[in-house]
Amino acid sequence: MSASTLQVPPRAAAGNRALGRSRFREWTEKEGVFSWLMIGPPILFLCAMVGYPFLYGCYLSLMHRPVASTGEFIGLGNFIADWNDPVFWRVARNTIVYTFVTTVLKALGGLGLALVMNQSFPMKNFVRAALLLPFIVPTVLSTIAWMWILDPTFSVLNWLLIAAGVPAPGPSWLGNPVLAMCSIIVINTWRGLPFYAITLLAGLQTISPELHEAATIDGATTWHRFRYITLPLLQPVLFIVTMFSIIFTFSDFQLVYVLTRGGPANATHLFATYAFDIAMSAGQFGLGASVALAMLPPLALIILALAIYMRKR
Amino acid sequence: MVESRGWIRPFFQLWLPLAVALLFTLFPFYWMAITSLKPNSELYNPKLMPLIVHNPTMKHYIDLLRETDFLTWTYNTMLVAVVSTAISLVFGIMLAYPLARMRFPGAALIAFAVAATYLVPQPLLFIPMADIINSLHLGDTLSAVILTYPTLLVPFCAWLLMGYFKTVPKDLEEAARIDGATRVQTMVKIILPLCTPGFISAGIFAFTLAQNEFLYALIFLTNSDVRTVPVGAISELVRGDVFYWGQLMAAALLGSIPVAIIYSFFVEHYVSGLTAGAVKQ
Repeated sequence: MSASTLQVPPRAAAGNRALGRSRFREWTEKEGVFSWLMIGPPILFLCAMVGYPFLYGCYLSLMHRPVASTGEFIGLGNFIADWNDPVFWRVARNTIVYTFVTTVLKALGGLGLALVMNQSFPMKNFVRAALLLPFIVPTVLSTIAWMWILDPTFSVLNWLLIAAGVPAPGPSWLGNPVLAMCSIIVINTWRGLPFYAITLLAGLQTISPELHEAATIDGATTWHRFRYITLPLLQPVLFIVTMFSIIFTFSDFQLVYVLTRGGPANATHLFATYAFDIAMSAGQFGLGASVALAMLPPLALIILALAIYMRKR
Repeated sequence: MVESRGWIRPFFQLWLPLAVALLFTLFPFYWMAITSLKPNSELYNPKLMPLIVHNPTMKHYIDLLRETDFLTWTYNTMLVAVVSTAISLVFGIMLAYPLARMRFPGAALIAFAVAATYLVPQPLLFIPMADIINSLHLGDTLSAVILTYPTLLVPFCAWLLMGYFKTVPKDLEEAARIDGATRVQTMVKIILPLCTPGFISAGIFAFTLAQNEFLYALIFLTNSDVRTVPVGAISELVRGDVFYWGQLMAAALLGSIPVAIIYSFFVEHYVSGLTAGAVKQ
């Protein structure tokens, strides 16, 4: 009798605890709560490692801050210094030329290659895998190979040119400002073209062949079918790929750092390499941060355009 | 007439452009390979025909492995790539799953923020990041890059996985919930196994991106023991004005092989990852 009455309270407590646990479980099972429990940790991580550095970079750009010092606040001083720095404008021009020319070359070349690849031929998968190699091999390592191809004394290109009758020693690919810019443009195209080609090929494969058949029956020429069927249907893919390519070409660092370090005479300096030189080599963190931030307005416009476009779809 | 057209058209429309594209694409790799096999006497003799190897030698490979820390760099590169890929996949799933399949307050904003984070290029962040890593005393440790690489990879993984998670029908989830499965059980036992191809795509892609990363590694890792292959090759095989071309090429080739092998096994997954963002809705 007494034993059984004594047993009641612990049972009730266990019941309460179980109830508490099930309430907690019920709470975490709610869609909103579950979602935030899931995204919380990665969002915290991104805030700490992307959001904070970004804001801190904005703050740095307002400081005169040589490396290993506390720095002093100078407002827009760094940006005014950039504005009056002829190299900064040279860098801006280089970056725009580099981005524009490579993007056009990659888009046209990639579209052409995708159209060629869209035919059926033996070993197609193998060819596609081989064509993508430049895109997957680490950029620095493939750029080393290009550096030797363009070497001032032992360039294989010059060997071929001399063999074809060009007077020795042949062009100095990385020593001449115009040729150096052409060289980095060609190498960036070499690396980025497969990305365009393979992505556009995937886009082409989603276009139903019946559309082309119907148009052919109606008497459309090859050009008309390309202009009025292929191109409009490919446009969304082309737009997204181009935006991506612009963002990552505009902020390119590796290729120029390895190949020319911005030379000769700043002819190939881009925003990223110039900011690196100022911040890491000259130790001016604040000024470097201001050069890097100068990339933001054009990039923000592109990102916004991309976001609006994707939303519409 | 008919017969000549039979080969002329495919020649100009298919074989010629394909051959030009393949030559342009593959020549640098060919050049890398044969340069690494040439003895110095051949490398630096402009009179010799450079397109083939006359006296192949393994000297550059042996020197690379004996005289430099190449194996350490390879180990570091692999370790960093594997760990940061794993972290990025886990975080990617945690972000993508609710964004793709749940309704919750703030979802649209978070989705936009993740996409924007993906598009923020690294050169915008490296200067403040260098300062932060310094003040955390993480310079010259692999933790510095393991901590920073996921900032590049997580938004990408999340974005790619969202596409895969959306393809699983809602009915499956509802059926599991009616049978009494919790949300976690539904996710782990029902939805995630169906998205394995997505994990492979995202994993391969993140792995190649991590292998390719250079800027953070260059800034944070200045000691040979902790360097990755690209940084090690650029900073230790180029001393001042002296380029050790044979070893550089050997390092470039050996450094490319792991990515190339993994890529060749999963090329379909890689391509579907590449095109997922652009082609799928």
